[in-house]
Amino acid sequence: MEYFLQQFINGIALGSIYGLIALGYTMVYGIIGMINFAHGDIFMIGGFIALIAFLCLVALGVTAVPLALFLVLIIAMLITALYGWVVERVAYRPLRHSFRLAPMLSAIGMAFVLGNFVQIAQGARVKPLPPLIPGGLILIDNGGFVVQVSNVQIIVVLTTLALMVIFSLIVARTRLGRDMRACEQDRTMAALLGVDTDRVISTTFVIGAALAAVAGFMYLIYYGVIDFYIGFVAGIKAFTAAVLGGIGSLPGAMLGGLAIGLIETMWSAYFSVQYRDVAAFSILIVVLIFMPTGLLGRPEIEKV
Amino acid sequence: MNGGDTILDVVHLSMRFGGIVAVKDLSFSARRGGITALIGPNGAGKTTVFNCITGFYKPTTGMMRLGHAGGREFLLERLFDFRIAKLARVARTFQNIRLFSGMTVLENLLVAQHNPLMSASGYTLLGLVGFPGYLHAERAAIDLARYWLDRIGLIERADDAAGNLPYGDQRRLEIARAMCADPVLLCLDEPAAGLNAQESGALNDFLQFIRGEHKVSILLIEHDMSVVMEISDHVIVLDYGEKIADGSPRAIRDDPKVIAAYLGVADERTAEAIMEADQ
Repeated sequence: MEYFLQQFINGIALGSIYGLIALGYTMVYGIIGMINFAHGDIFMIGGFIALIAFLCLVALGVTAVPLALFLVLIIAMLITALYGWVVERVAYRPLRHSFRLAPMLSAIGMAFVLGNFVQIAQGARVKPLPPLIPGGLILIDNGGFVVQVSNVQIIVVLTTLALMVIFSLIVARTRLGRDMRACEQDRTMAALLGVDTDRVISTTFVIGAALAAVAGFMYLIYYGVIDFYIGFVAGIKAFTAAVLGGIGSLPGAMLGGLAIGLIETMWSAYFSVQYRDVAAFSILIVVLIFMPTGLLGRPEIEKV
Repeated sequence: MNGGDTILDVVHLSMRFGGIVAVKDLSFSARRGGITALIGPNGAGKTTVFNCITGFYKPTTGMMRLGHAGGREFLLERLFDFRIAKLARVARTFQNIRLFSGMTVLENLLVAQHNPLMSASGYTLLGLVGFPGYLHAERAAIDLARYWLDRIGLIERADDAAGNLPYGDQRRLEIARAMCADPVLLCLDEPAAGLNAQESGALNDFLQFIRGEHKVSILLIEHDMSVVMEISDHVIVLDYGEKIADGSPRAIRDDPKVIAAYLGVADERTAEAIMEADQ
């Protein structure tokens, strides 16, 4: 039981990170019906920028950990958002009126460009970051197995929760969210009402990239290591999470992320670590057979 | 031709799709503050004209000049995408209703007020932190939406999903949404389609109100002759992409070419409609 609880906590923390990345996939899909395969690499770049920013701050003498972390987070979000904006501008917007597969191919190309760029610029070796936030809360200690929530895990889950709330409020309440939903439903009609749809799409990419940067930052402080390849693996997992939750659905992305995180952790804990990806993807297949639109997705209704 | 009292001047407009000529050398003008109807048998190219005016299609040849009351002029064929709505201030509705059906009735009307809200929200940033100017603009937007909902009798349903409204309500909501975009020219594609006699009577009043109170010029495609004859000041008849008649409703009604165009397609219902309107 204690063992299960511990794995559950680990799974939730990992799932939060996946969920944040999955949000970016699902948002972009909702608005332009395209899978942004470069999103995983945007997440990786977010992690790297966080690392670089942290080292810069240390060099500048900012050593108070909470302040440094906060600054790192803000810097990572801003610069990664810029990356997201540029990617959309360079690789997708020129292909907006092209055939459907063109932007997707372009996205796969962009993923390679970003991955290789970081590999060349930062080297292929794993970059470590010393643990910044030690300690944790001990929940159960009965002499045998100790169940503990580390402070990093608490930060990861709370940050994710806060972002989810803020993000849902933006989508539900603000002008921007309204425009996003309008573009999602009928982009041409939105344009006919004077909405600059290109700008709304750009903003979507910027927000998605900023969320991915937060995920990258949390990955960095959670695992303490980062390399240019994490974008691929985490990207695929988060994409799976978005599909599992029902692509296009925002709560679905979060739910899917948590589900994938939990499946992976539980499988590693009780069966074998090597096959955890197999487990995650198998569950995806099973879910899609019985619920083709994912857990919370709505069936696609063709417009007449 | 292009005096201060002409809102839209269409000159030598042609639209070809491959070998098909949908609109052929069409010229007409619409009077400011008037209701201009575009009629004709099915496939005459009426909707194609609308699509050219609202930027859906790039016309093969021709010019469409829109003049604001202040003297500013726009060449619609040179404006892209959302700029036709934002700068030239042309709004339109569709034959098959295109509301944002998953959003609420109120939200539909607020999306149409995107541009004033956009500048007030300082491109989102100020809006997020609740800048007072933005809150004020948001309140004004809701007031305007409320005003139109009151007009079309849907104030009670403001928070329902637009897709759940009955058909006639959706039609009126689409017109109200177009009005929220603050247009100078409102293009309505068959607003009376699918409405019963009573509803189309109410539509007439509503359109008269828009023209009278809000000084918005209306360009109308309509098959329902009771609507066309009763409210339009000026009728243009298209057949096979060409203009065959142009004049007041009374003159159009007696024009033998128009009668031939309608009767020629053996559409008895249309012929009857013309007869009815005559009485």
